[in-house]
Amino acid sequence: MTAPLLEIDTVSKRFPLKATLADKVAARLAGRRAGGAVHAVTDVSLTVDRGEVVGIVGESGCGKSTLGRIVSGIYAPTEGTVLLDGKPIATGREDHVNKLTTRVQMIHQDPFASLNPRMKVGETISEGPRTHGIVSASEVTDRTRALLEQVGLRGDYADRLPHQFSGGQRQRIAIARALAMQPDLLVLDEAVASLDVSIQAQVLNLFLDLRRDLGLTALFISHDLSVVRHVCDRVAIMYLGRVVELASAERLYADPKHPYTQALFASVPTLGTGRQDFRPIKGEIPSPIDPPPGCAFHPRCPFAGPRCRAEIPRLTEAGSGRTVACHLNDGGVGQEAAA
Amino acid sequence: MSAALDIQGLTTRFDTRGGSVTAVDNVSFSVDRGRIMGLVGESGSGKSVTGFSILGLIDEPGRVTDGRVMVEDTDLRSLSPDHLRSMRGRKVSMVFQDPMMTLNPVLRIGDQMAMAVRVHEPMSKTRALERARDALGTVGIPSPEERLAAYPHQLSGGMRQRVAIATALLHRPAVIIADEPTTALDVSIQGQILAEVRRLADETHTAIVWITHDLAVVSSLADDICVMYAGKIVERGTAEEVIGRPRHPYTRGLLDSVPGQHAPGSHLPQIPGSTPQLSHLPSGCPFRNRCPRATDVCATTPPLARFGDHTALCHHPMETT
Repeated sequence: MTAPLLEIDTVSKRFPLKATLADKVAARLAGRRAGGAVHAVTDVSLTVDRGEVVGIVGESGCGKSTLGRIVSGIYAPTEGTVLLDGKPIATGREDHVNKLTTRVQMIHQDPFASLNPRMKVGETISEGPRTHGIVSASEVTDRTRALLEQVGLRGDYADRLPHQFSGGQRQRIAIARALAMQPDLLVLDEAVASLDVSIQAQVLNLFLDLRRDLGLTALFISHDLSVVRHVCDRVAIMYLGRVVELASAERLYADPKHPYTQALFASVPTLGTGRQDFRPIKGEIPSPIDPPPGCAFHPRCPFAGPRCRAEIPRLTEAGSGRTVACHLNDGGVGQEAAA
Repeated sequence: MSAALDIQGLTTRFDTRGGSVTAVDNVSFSVDRGRIMGLVGESGSGKSVTGFSILGLIDEPGRVTDGRVMVEDTDLRSLSPDHLRSMRGRKVSMVFQDPMMTLNPVLRIGDQMAMAVRVHEPMSKTRALERARDALGTVGIPSPEERLAAYPHQLSGGMRQRVAIATALLHRPAVIIADEPTTALDVSIQGQILAEVRRLADETHTAIVWITHDLAVVSSLADDICVMYAGKIVERGTAEEVIGRPRHPYTRGLLDSVPGQHAPGSHLPQIPGSTPQLSHLPSGCPFRNRCPRATDVCATTPPLARFGDHTALCHHPMETT
């Protein structure tokens, strides 16, 4: 068994908040320390094997995008390490980071913001490989055409500007730009979220084709449970900075164990006939500046007990490679979540 | 039972440099009291412009050129601007995708809601605040009394949208037009709001037009569905009929392209091409360039195929399966 391509090991990311003078005075009066931090990602460990697509699912503020940016080398983690092929991606040593991050490519949500509007798409696609010496000057034109064709566009579109393309076509260009770097790992951050459903299907099909042809490895970050089910092998559910459940897509969707995962599935409207009986999660997502003690989900959890308010649940094995961070599942393999 | 909202032949054009485009093309539908009509379409289908046209909120270079918009017994299009303004917020109100389009960021929630009450009904501020507090309670806002003193920035996105919905409810309007009101919200918050809206329609008998691109949301919320494409309603029927037995090939294609109902990793059925530009529509059926069932006859204006109350604007509607 080979080592996983990507190893995220107990990674945390905190963004310090700048305390204003008023905050400092108020804090001094209240006997607290001024200035807190946004706990964006806390103690996340995750591996991605070669050729695997792992989904990261959660609502706003759960830390899924921050995690994607750490893996891409955009942010350095506050604690923990990220290894790609056994070598650190994000150590803060700038020279090192520059070389390695070409091996991780990110595809962003908004194809209107992620393409330079004044650059011909051919230049956009070829800029990275030229800068990093991946292609020679004589090959650039042919390679760019080939990449455009690979993502289902015409080779001669290379001379056009982004405004001449629709949202779906732009997302294809963003994918071509990422592929041009011959990355080991793709990070897709809500890559189909802003597309209409008919266009979304086209881009998902393209992703599935490329995955089959190129053996892509990817982190697929999304809030859309049905999209994730369709393209991912394994899925991590995040809540308030932590992974609360991690399992194969098949098992997770068939039998969610964590009360948050269960509640999330119950709130999603599904395509079907007849009125749906919504069983929404009560309450709101707490602030990541001041997360609740113990299990972060306990204020909204129908099963919460005294232990949940005091003790942070650890991710523990729940059988067949599934891990769950919930005291209900602490009993071990095969135990049902209390209903 | 008479319809709370009855629209006939609504047409809205925009005069652009490239010529006049018809964003809303001869749209007709009606919504009875207490029912939710889902108006579904992709970007550029004209669903939001339809919503704005109903309330007379179309700005230059757009204009509503034709049609009738009956709210209970009043034709909104026949009213003077002042009279129309007195109807908005009282008889028919709107909820936008971004609640900050409704809320004033520098006024307390209570103050702006009381203002919205008193603009149509003169009463003391104390009584107006009570009305506002009750409305906040109706949409499931916890401790509404305290929220009256809050500013919009102190509330989460989901809470702001509830305040916007509560504001729309202040005068118990006959009709609420809701334009993608949960699109920007997280699923767990969306679930809460959908549950509240369903309950509100049942309890207050308000007729609701729910404009969205999300088929899953309308299929679980709406009683009736209109599907829009290139400014036209191409299919109309009960939610059960439209989702369960779609007749228009576009609706069929849209429903098929939703992942989650297909084997994971399999190719999703996709509609080829992209939504046409309104200035360059093909003759006849606007969908024919992308339609798997299209034939030569589709270059002529499609007829309205009827299946009971279920209609589709199509030469070759789908057979039942």
